[in-house]
Amino acid sequence: MTTPSKSGLETTIGPTFDSAPSSYIRPPQPNALSVVLAFGWRAVLKIKHVPEQLGDVIGIPIMFTLLFTYLFGGALAGSTENYLQYLLPGSLVMGVMMVTIYSGVTLNTDLSTGVFDRFRSLPIWRPAPIVGALLGDGGRYLAASGIVIGLGMLLGFRPGGGVVGVLSAVGLVLAFSFGLTWVWTTLALILRTPNAVMNLGMLVLFPLTFASNVFVDPNTTPGWLQSFIDINPVTDLVTAVRHAMQGTVSTGEVSGVLVTSAVLVAIFAPLTIRLYATKS
Amino acid sequence: MDPHPELAIEASSLVKVFGRTRAVDGLDLAVPRGTVYGFLGPNGAGKTTAIRILATLLRPDGGSARVLGYDVEREADRVRQRVSLTGQFASVDEDLTGLENLVLLARLWGHSRRQARARASELLDAFDLSDVAGRQVKTYSGGLRRRLDIAASTIVTPELLFLDEPTTGLDPRSRNQVWRTVRSLADAGTTVLLTTQYLDEADQLADRIAVIDSGKVVAEGTTAELKRSVGSGSLKVRLLHSEQQSQAMSMLSDFLDAKVHADPDNVGLRARVSQPEHVTEALTQLSRSAIAIGDFSFGRPSLDEVFLALTGHAVTGSTATSREDAI
Repeated sequence: MTTPSKSGLETTIGPTFDSAPSSYIRPPQPNALSVVLAFGWRAVLKIKHVPEQLGDVIGIPIMFTLLFTYLFGGALAGSTENYLQYLLPGSLVMGVMMVTIYSGVTLNTDLSTGVFDRFRSLPIWRPAPIVGALLGDGGRYLAASGIVIGLGMLLGFRPGGGVVGVLSAVGLVLAFSFGLTWVWTTLALILRTPNAVMNLGMLVLFPLTFASNVFVDPNTTPGWLQSFIDINPVTDLVTAVRHAMQGTVSTGEVSGVLVTSAVLVAIFAPLTIRLYATKS
Repeated sequence: MDPHPELAIEASSLVKVFGRTRAVDGLDLAVPRGTVYGFLGPNGAGKTTAIRILATLLRPDGGSARVLGYDVEREADRVRQRVSLTGQFASVDEDLTGLENLVLLARLWGHSRRQARARASELLDAFDLSDVAGRQVKTYSGGLRRRLDIAASTIVTPELLFLDEPTTGLDPRSRNQVWRTVRSLADAGTTVLLTTQYLDEADQLADRIAVIDSGKVVAEGTTAELKRSVGSGSLKVRLLHSEQQSQAMSMLSDFLDAKVHADPDNVGLRARVSQPEHVTEALTQLSRSAIAIGDFSFGRPSLDEVFLALTGHAVTGSTATSREDAI
């Protein structure tokens, strides 16, 4: 039994089986964007059904902001309020960077489930499941940013750049995080367990975030550390975010962050996609 | 263009090596369109690896395969448009509900939001899953999960459906439901390739069977052909009087057209039977001839027996599963 096609795009397919509906039409092949959006929707559904996975998004930024403000504030800047003006942009960067690791952890967990076999056997743009998941992660990074900034404002942080400054700062953090996430997805495809992704991720992130200008002005550090801090891309990011918050960011600083992100994507996105395509 | 349009799957000398293990080791296959084809073999025989190659999830290390006329390596996308895979472990998202799973897959197949919802609810009805549509899949029983899994494979009716151990771990009722579904899909023209460790399942569903051992096809044929080579069951008879053994032996041998073995205890007889329908008649004849039967049993050959008969060695997989069904 066949059904007449409703439009030129849709083609009829022949038989259906008796317990299946007869009004059955083979849809046109979907484009990459709508497939990616469908996977983004899956990420949102996952958050709806497993809200615990937002724990990192909420917990890490709150913990970092409170801990470092009150631990270092008096000692480093005389008062917590003074220090907060310096720290908060750095704490935003650090909090969101920590949250990016979970993208790799989640992907690694996800890959071990049978549903990925089905995704891989579908006639869709291959990297779509990963790109779609990153889309959902973008939402998580945004939420984490909102929490840090909201908490900072409560504690007395007053960004000189106003709303535009804050939004552009968040934009810079998201752009950098998008690049960084591909490093974790690459690790997720190479390493065997989610724990291994977590451990290696932390091992990379700790020196990158602490050996930077997140917490203090690095002028007093020894020469060798200073040279590392100078070439550390996180330093440039924090500087750009700080200046954006103050409304004094330069084009050079913005493009520096964007170029770093683009380089990370250029190296690790193809690597991720290649590893995913050949994964057995 | 298409050298063998009548073949759904055509594989020659397929090889896949994992480390030192040759999981698939020179597999040849010709699956006619419109049939249900069974891969029978123990765990570790290479069934799943072979299916994963044919479903374009794995690249073979050697040999070649065409699925529905398309090369699995060079024309993988064309293959993917035409096949569906139901993996050994539920190929659905455990965190999502049944409805969400089907809507997601319908979207991925290119249905609009509205069409996807309509298709999902049609399938939920067809597979009798409407009652649990709003529950997360992780709360489903094995049977419900399998049904959802197969429903997910029929969002777009595939030309070829791969079912990897569709009933492993299911209770008999769920197993029968899965069997019915497979049959109706096949009746509607879908070619089905299923793997199983159970001879009775292959027997119930498959038109042709390939017995797989150590990554190779060791026997291939219709169920009838395969049964003839193995015997479809084994009959065991114990007599009350040892002096009647030779008479009973020749009668059984005539009636069943099979070689009958006499046990050394002088009262036991064993035969491999290829036509089980003659067994009751043979037993009736024995009692008509006043041969007193103490007890008898008739069972299908287990996978172990099939293996032994076909390969000359016992099943070497990690779990030699057998399910003996009485007739």
